[in-house]
Amino acid sequence: MSAKSTAHSVVEASSGGKWLAGGLVVVYALVTMIPLVWIFLTGFKSPPDSISYPPKVFFEPSMEGYVNLFTTRTRQTSEYIESLGPPETWYDEIVRKRNMVIAGPSKFADRYLNSIVIGFGSTFLAVFLGTLAAYGFSRFKVPLKDDLLFFILSTRMMPPIAVAIPIYLMYRTLGLSDTALGMILLYTAVNISLAVWLLKGFIDEIPREYEEAAVVDGYSRLQAFWKVVLPQARTGIAATAIFCLIFAWNEYAFVLLLTSGEAQTAPPYIPLIIGEGGLDWPAVAAGTTLFLLPIVFFTVVLRNQLLRGITFGAVRK
Amino acid sequence: MPEVALTGVTKRFDKTLAVSDLSLTIADGEFVVLLGPTGAGKTTTLRLVAGLERPEEGRIEIDGRDVTKTTPAERDVCFVFQQYSLYPHYTVFDNLAFPLRAPGRKRPAAEIQARVEEIARLLRIESKLKNRATQLSGGEMQRVAIGRALVRRPSIYLMDEPLSSLDAKLREDLRIELKRIQRDLGATILYVTHDQLEAMTLADRIGVLAEGRLVQVGAPREVYERPNDIDVARRLGSPQINLVPSGTLGVEERPAAATTVGVRPEDVLLHREDGVAAEVLAVEHLGVETLVLLSVEDLTLRALLGGHAPVAIGEATRIAVRPGAALFFDERGRRITGPETGSPKTGSPKTGSPKTGSKSEAAYGT
Ligand SMILES: Nc1ncnc2c1ncn2[C@@H]1O[C@H](COP(=O)(O)OP(=O)(O)O)[C@@H](O)[C@H]1O
Ligand SMILES: [Mg+2]
Repeated sequence: MSAKSTAHSVVEASSGGKWLAGGLVVVYALVTMIPLVWIFLTGFKSPPDSISYPPKVFFEPSMEGYVNLFTTRTRQTSEYIESLGPPETWYDEIVRKRNMVIAGPSKFADRYLNSIVIGFGSTFLAVFLGTLAAYGFSRFKVPLKDDLLFFILSTRMMPPIAVAIPIYLMYRTLGLSDTALGMILLYTAVNISLAVWLLKGFIDEIPREYEEAAVVDGYSRLQAFWKVVLPQARTGIAATAIFCLIFAWNEYAFVLLLTSGEAQTAPPYIPLIIGEGGLDWPAVAAGTTLFLLPIVFFTVVLRNQLLRGITFGAVRK
Repeated sequence: MPEVALTGVTKRFDKTLAVSDLSLTIADGEFVVLLGPTGAGKTTTLRLVAGLERPEEGRIEIDGRDVTKTTPAERDVCFVFQQYSLYPHYTVFDNLAFPLRAPGRKRPAAEIQARVEEIARLLRIESKLKNRATQLSGGEMQRVAIGRALVRRPSIYLMDEPLSSLDAKLREDLRIELKRIQRDLGATILYVTHDQLEAMTLADRIGVLAEGRLVQVGAPREVYERPNDIDVARRLGSPQINLVPSGTLGVEERPAAATTVGVRPEDVLLHREDGVAAEVLAVEHLGVETLVLLSVEDLTLRALLGGHAPVAIGEATRIAVRPGAALFFDERGRRITGPETGSPKTGSPKTGSPKTGSKSEAAYGT
């Protein structure tokens, strides 16, 4: 199609329409970005700045929120603090300005690590098992295929809270309560229905002839799957992985109920970061910022795959 | 020794009889083309030979070995698919090398390199080896697809309408190249198409398929000149054969059982003093030939004349059928063979020895 064409084309919007659409997208993006930007900025405010009224847009940046996020502190008399001598590190210095000393690390790092282990672990398992199951459903004669697929989908129909109590009791008996393994299995089970359905769609789109050509050329079924199907399902797998990761990363209800100490992830922890005289907003904001990073990072890394993945079917050659 | 032999092979899909009691032998170095309309069971036949489908009945032998129950990998065949022939995530080189890297028959890297380059030269795609498979034109893709088969030296090459997605010019070029390559390599090929021109030009022998059954097998000219039934007669030849009721067009010597007479367009002669009255309805100049549409005794007739035939629309003329050229079919559509039709063709450039039956293994050149 000629780019210079002035006539209105059926498939391409006119340039005026494009500008309008672009403008709307920019405005919408700005509106949705404001809370995120505010959270990011709040992470670098001092506690008084964070709750000042009217709200401060310009402020003196401080690392206090991040220090508070990663430490526990105790209040001491100024005599005691003076007796300690000059502060040894920059974070000691920040804390002592508030007449406090660092008592030890907070649980945030552990919770964050749990989030990573459980989030990525369950995503890997769900995508791995989902790919194999989807391939099976797509390529083989499975008895009761439609019923099985519906059953898999139906596991997603109930709200999580409806199954939370049975799972709680089950996990207590099995010794899976408050373990990372338990949470990985649970998120895998929830995500696998999404993974199977999404991936089956993608694999259905890959013509069988590719595998058949490989098999005739002397490859085994598994090798053909590995060399021919997987590379072509890459975009679908990336899109599925992102969806699974987002769910597992953000999940709140199950983890609140099923974990207390050891295996708790970041979401139930962040809102409970209490400072002196109520919530420590800069620390909460700092935690939230750090919590958002992995998802943002992966979405950006995989954005091309993701776009192609989500719009698949719409743009067949 | 026959390279490939199918004996009484039958394949069903639920209720559809895709291939029915099919028997065919393909000799070493032979180019056999299966011709048939969509749904005739051509693809299924190839897939049965490749081992991608299992027959319900019958035997398949390759090189004298019964392979009916073996996997595709054990059969030593190559398959060129109708579409989706190249791996989009590989370069042209990797696509061509793929069969040589298969676990069972893995070759050393240097040998693969040499072999791929040799085939690329043969198919004139050397300059494209580093391209992604998706960055090729349709003709180049199809060359690579054929190349992917040619890098190996299997017992038999199976090709499923490899040229059907190309435009006419490319199809012609590749057709000629394919025939040349097959002769040079002495390859055994089972080729499938619905295009009668491809079948006529490529084949040593043509097998005509209809509704899963092999209706006739023979050298192209044999099948063209002595089709077993009306369907085969219609299938071969372009423009199509004229089929008229027996007793028209002044065809006198005809067997008693004949109900339909078939006359090839090139066997309709115009401007005959003693012929049947006819009127010219339309004239199409095709270059070398001229196609004339005639109205005769309420029938419409196609006639194929030379490039500069002096005919005009609306012209009244008299036509005749080239003596001995008419084909006779009985009420069931079977061609009537035997002494009644034995009068030799006179004046026809296409005269062959009037052998009856269709068992001839003779491989005519084209
Ligand atoms: N996998 C299949 N499942 C069900 N029916 C099939 C399958 N493959 C082919 N058929 C049927 O078998 C018949 C022959 O098909 P095919 O061999 O593909 O014909 P062709 O290649 O000559 O067009 C058709 O009626 C088709 O619908
Ligand atoms: Mg076919």
